[in-house]
Amino acid sequence: MTELARRWMRLRGFITKETLQIRRDPSSIVLALVMPVVLLFLFGFGVSLDAQRSPVAIVIDSPGPQARALVERFSLTRYFHPMPAASMEQATAMLNRHAVDAIVRVQSDFADRLHRPGAAPVQIIVNGTDSNRAQAIQAYAVGVLANDAAQRVARGESSAINGVVVEPRIWFNDAMESSYFLVPGLLALVMTLIGVLLTALVIAREWERGTMEAILATPLRPGEMMAAKLLPYFILGMMGMAMSVGLGAALFGVPVRGSLWVLVAVSALYLLASLGLGLFISAAARVQFIAAQVSIVIGFLPAFFLSGLLFDLDSTPWPIRAISHIIPARYFISAAHTLFLAGDVWPIVWRDATALGIMAAILIALARSRLGKRIER
Amino acid sequence: MIESIALSLWRIWTLVIKELLAILKDPKSRFVVVGPPILQFFVFGYAATFDLDQVHYAVLNLDRGPESRQLLARFSGSPTFRLVGELSADQEIRGLIDRQEARLVIRIPPTFARDLAHGDPARVGVILDGRNSNVAGIALGYINAIVNDFNASRAAAATAGEPPASGAPTAAAMRAVPRAWFNANFSSRWFIVSALGGEITAIVVVILSSLSVSRERESGSFDQLLVAPFRPGEILIGKALPPMVLGMADGLLLSAAAVLWYGVPLRGSLWALLAALAIFILCIVGVGLFISSLSNTMQQSLLGSFIFIMPAVILSGFTTPIENMPHWLQVATYANPLRYVVAACRQIFLEGADLGLIKDQLWPMLLIAAPTLGAAAWLFRHRAG
Repeated sequence: MTELARRWMRLRGFITKETLQIRRDPSSIVLALVMPVVLLFLFGFGVSLDAQRSPVAIVIDSPGPQARALVERFSLTRYFHPMPAASMEQATAMLNRHAVDAIVRVQSDFADRLHRPGAAPVQIIVNGTDSNRAQAIQAYAVGVLANDAAQRVARGESSAINGVVVEPRIWFNDAMESSYFLVPGLLALVMTLIGVLLTALVIAREWERGTMEAILATPLRPGEMMAAKLLPYFILGMMGMAMSVGLGAALFGVPVRGSLWVLVAVSALYLLASLGLGLFISAAARVQFIAAQVSIVIGFLPAFFLSGLLFDLDSTPWPIRAISHIIPARYFISAAHTLFLAGDVWPIVWRDATALGIMAAILIALARSRLGKRIER
Repeated sequence: MIESIALSLWRIWTLVIKELLAILKDPKSRFVVVGPPILQFFVFGYAATFDLDQVHYAVLNLDRGPESRQLLARFSGSPTFRLVGELSADQEIRGLIDRQEARLVIRIPPTFARDLAHGDPARVGVILDGRNSNVAGIALGYINAIVNDFNASRAAAATAGEPPASGAPTAAAMRAVPRAWFNANFSSRWFIVSALGGEITAIVVVILSSLSVSRERESGSFDQLLVAPFRPGEILIGKALPPMVLGMADGLLLSAAAVLWYGVPLRGSLWALLAALAIFILCIVGVGLFISSLSNTMQQSLLGSFIFIMPAVILSGFTTPIENMPHWLQVATYANPLRYVVAACRQIFLEGADLGLIKDQLWPMLLIAAPTLGAAAWLFRHRAG
């Protein structure tokens, strides 16, 4: 028998054992297959950055046809739910007890000032506590007013001329669906949970139970053992990834505009990096409790907060940006956003894939050297 | 009667001391009290931001007249935007956006100056990278605000100059005057950090209380506790109090740190904050003890806490608003205690609320506390062995 054949035989036996172990304890499979569904539901429905039908108090100091038309404009968009308020005091009270998110106030001389030189001011007051939502609401309200002004001018109701009009075109996501932006990032979360947390937990358990030491006593080489340990979780992770892509498309209509095989390849690189990290954590910690804590702190949290999944990295202070460069999820999420929404933009895909490849190699090498230390004295 | 109450209090006291020592001596639990709060304080404060800073943009100015340069000067002067390139042809836009070298391109058409002079709408194209839809939306809001200002100042200049002949056009029909209350600069750090006290308390209290029974199960000392002369209620209180005290300490320390380190204002009453945190902790300790009495190992407790905390945080409005969720999910969040403490903290810090204003956040938490504590007590009695 050649050396290669012997190696293959050892590997095959070991992979069979690992697969049987996963099948015997179905909690891993459940985690790998249920987790993507739960996360997709939680994020797809629970995390939305699109403000819709925000209640807005409309205060009109002196009612008239002009003002009524304005209220109508607010009720026509899907962003607002206008609620008439009798006075500014009442509107303020509504804002304070969160019955409305914003106040739009049309002063008594609105109709006159529309025809006089100078602009007729319309006051918009938003509750700024939720800054992100407040900014979106304010922007929508200004947009409604600008549209209204343009139409008045077009109908000759106002003596004003037009100023500059912004014509936005939002590429890749023209309806600005936040699920288009969040679902690609979810893949990173799913693969991190499987690759880092699950792997670290399961292998730390083997150390705890002492079965790892028994394996180390077999003729299996460390490299072969790593390959055999990684393969089943690699398959689980890719299954989780495929499920997330499928569900994302089915539930939220998220498009995949790049090539699917490139997405699979980049995901595989990210999964390898995660598995390397998970294996390294388990080999270093050797206790489930610590392995779980460490995987959450250096695997899960950075994949969520330092990766561009939800919060844009370009706007964070430089130390955070600097740290994010050593987080694999950052490169994967950047590539995933591009591959899902923009298409195969090779400069970005190559850059991110190279970074992921290097990180995967380093992490797997680290895990390998850690496993090489074998049994503690 | 009084004597038996005193005795009972004494027994609880001894148990509380023992539990506190157990937590503080166990390096794992000690880590839970110190590690995650500090980590989250910095991660949430600095990395969890929706604010825009130095958004890279490019310009394609096909007009080059003085008006277009005035408009563009408003962009280059804004700290929100940073100019990374001037284009000369439409074909360059695609590559620049694709490769993410610019987040947006402002395109001024050759007819810009002529349209303005004629009083026609002067259309300025803005092409945004929608891969991060949130950044695109907020950037568009800033752009609209800048253009709104530009139009307003042109209108003012037109009126200030020679008095317009009757019927002569002025520059704008209507001017939006926006203002934000409570958080005038739209700082998302204020938004996140103000609710951090409640969020951290939740994590600390759930993990600590979920470990409290399983730790004893693992070391086998739970049976000893059961045969000791404690009533089940006393064990429950003795187990519940230490995580509550430590959670409260973490929550208050972080609230103080939010004010001192990040400069978040505390506009409301301190009593309201204390009351909100205390009632919330009461509510959440039941959840932790419930998880604990269901698990046999600390491992299971930790996973159970994770399974509770992750959806609870995501569905609490802590990072993204509840109002944006579909209606059925909004209804479901009424059962999430975190939702109330997050809202209460923000109202107290930013909106200056007192006890009266946050009462609508307090009573639902008390309502939730009744079943969670009840279930924990029941499980103590029935799953004790």
